[in-house]
Amino acid sequence: MTRRYFGWGSANFVVFVAAMFPVFWILMLSLKDPTTLGDGRLWPAKFSWENYKGIFQQSVFTDALRNSIFIALIATFIAVILASAAAYAIARLDFPGKTAILTAALAIAMFPPISIVGPLYNMWRNLGLFDTWLGLIIPYMTFTLPLAIYTLSAFFREIPWDLEQAAAVDGATPFQAFTKVIAPLAAPGVFTTAILVFIFAWNDFVFAVSLTSTPHAQTVPAAISQFPGASQFQQPTGSIAAASMVVTVPIVIMVLLFQRRIVAGLTAGAVKG
Amino acid sequence: MAEIELNDITKRYPDGFEAVKHMDLGIKDGEFMILVGPSGCGKSTALRMIAGLEDITEGDLKIGGEVVNERAPKDRDIAMVFQNYALYPHMTVRENMGFALKLAGVDRAEIDRKVSEAARVLDLEQHLDRKPANLSGGQRQRVAMGRAIVRDPKAFLMDEPLSNLDAKLRVQMRAEVSRLQHQLGTTTVYVTHDQVEAMTLGDRVAVMRAGILQQVDTPKSLYEHPVNLFVAGFIGSPAMNFFQASVDGDRVRFPLGEFSLPAQKRGSASGDVLLGVRPEDFEDASLIGDKPGHTFDTKITLVESLGSDLFAYFEYRGEHVETQELAELAADAGAADLPSTGDGNQAIARLEPASDIQADATARLWMDVSKVHLFDPRTGESLTERAAATA
Repeated sequence: MTRRYFGWGSANFVVFVAAMFPVFWILMLSLKDPTTLGDGRLWPAKFSWENYKGIFQQSVFTDALRNSIFIALIATFIAVILASAAAYAIARLDFPGKTAILTAALAIAMFPPISIVGPLYNMWRNLGLFDTWLGLIIPYMTFTLPLAIYTLSAFFREIPWDLEQAAAVDGATPFQAFTKVIAPLAAPGVFTTAILVFIFAWNDFVFAVSLTSTPHAQTVPAAISQFPGASQFQQPTGSIAAASMVVTVPIVIMVLLFQRRIVAGLTAGAVKG
Repeated sequence: MAEIELNDITKRYPDGFEAVKHMDLGIKDGEFMILVGPSGCGKSTALRMIAGLEDITEGDLKIGGEVVNERAPKDRDIAMVFQNYALYPHMTVRENMGFALKLAGVDRAEIDRKVSEAARVLDLEQHLDRKPANLSGGQRQRVAMGRAIVRDPKAFLMDEPLSNLDAKLRVQMRAEVSRLQHQLGTTTVYVTHDQVEAMTLGDRVAVMRAGILQQVDTPKSLYEHPVNLFVAGFIGSPAMNFFQASVDGDRVRFPLGEFSLPAQKRGSASGDVLLGVRPEDFEDASLIGDKPGHTFDTKITLVESLGSDLFAYFEYRGEHVETQELAELAADAGAADLPSTGDGNQAIARLEPASDIQADATARLWMDVSKVHLFDPRTGESLTERAAATA
């Protein structure tokens, strides 16, 4: 018993260290004084907020942060609305082509984003969507919708149909039944889906770096890759580390707070509760 | 308040299955109508068509004199109590009960008044601010009833509302439902598979089988004058006993002897028939005296004494009665899964508790021949009821 416990404990520890060490490293790097960046020590000789102050003074980062927040929020909002409607139909109605829709959605989720970046780049330039918020919101929505539809339809399926019928008999229109009865009950599912979509949009690098070019629409992951150093002879290592921490920490906190829900969302409907 | 009329209503699903076939039923204003039958007989489908939750394939449905086939449930002004109650889990009892009124745009003070009134009637006042998850089964059931009565609708539709309660609570709520319905005087259609509920609650009972309405009548006359084998076997607990018999003139021969049919039961019956005898139409011969009837000796296999009643099981030799109707009833009751007892057939008699009949002994039983039923073994139609009708 103790041996087994110890075995699992050490395995967990190894995984934890392997996963967290790079994050810890970046954290330490971001807290180093810019003059001691290359001293080869993990633990900073001198702690300083210099790197954080630096990035918040650069408009390239603050603009990118603004873009990231709004693009991710808007993409999440639209994706959740569309996915709710689609998932509701899939969960409730029996219509021809239902399986085809789900399969198509799944196929899109399997599509490697990198393969469509080239065509998208050309299309977006012709359509005037290059380097705009909308130019990023559209692919984020497309790639998150399948997951969102899957997760939400699992949640909707668990809401007894009788409730809707009870609402119908009580005098609700189908829309009222949805907004007043079904939606509040599906709220945990909708919320979980929103978090998953938000994380995807927030973390994306491929689309962000390919479909934007200026602070007008560049998101943080793309902006970080193009950080200038303080001079042309200096690597912007400290700024990159600090910026990475700024965009990672909110996600980590969010996941820790809602991890139960997120796992429930990913496995919803897998087994009977 | 309104009468409900079903004119030649049929429900056909896209795969061709007909759940309800050409159903004609008139429910009077204020009447308590029960739809009863084994599972899958179409009773719930019929109710859901009245509610507007299922489309009607053919026929007219009138509520209060207006054809409502094409109306959405919300425009029919009916309230429904679901088997699983379908309470809104995110709303308090108060909000659940007031939901319909809120949707109808009734002002707050009026909603409060009606909800409080219903809560008082249903003894839910101290639970008004709780969520359904924190209520017991009986309380949830009462909330579901409350949600229906605050509306003051044209009709109540109830889909097996008591079937999720335990036995004791079910009896209590049955009385409660009956009291409420009489007090409110609202037309009610009540679906159940429990014939005891059907007999105790209904002003009239409609028995259904495989989508076809078999008989509509008061509980008493359903019990005494079933028009066919199915109704006879379904209504009554313990169920009616059936014997293979043959009629020759006015003489009826069956495995327990021979008797002559009283004049009012004589009809067109002749040749092979099925003889139906209710358990209470047997009696311990020693308690009867010389009342006219048929007496016979039989071996008692089991005696169940309930204090108020005494059930005696006895075996007889002869062909086992097998018809599709009875097989269906047995399957519905779960009896088809029971092993058959011995090599004989078993019948049940309900005797006076004063009887000192013993198991594993031979006893003399008496049978009231004026109350027997004869059925056509092929069609299942009653031969005695037809005789009574033509007489």
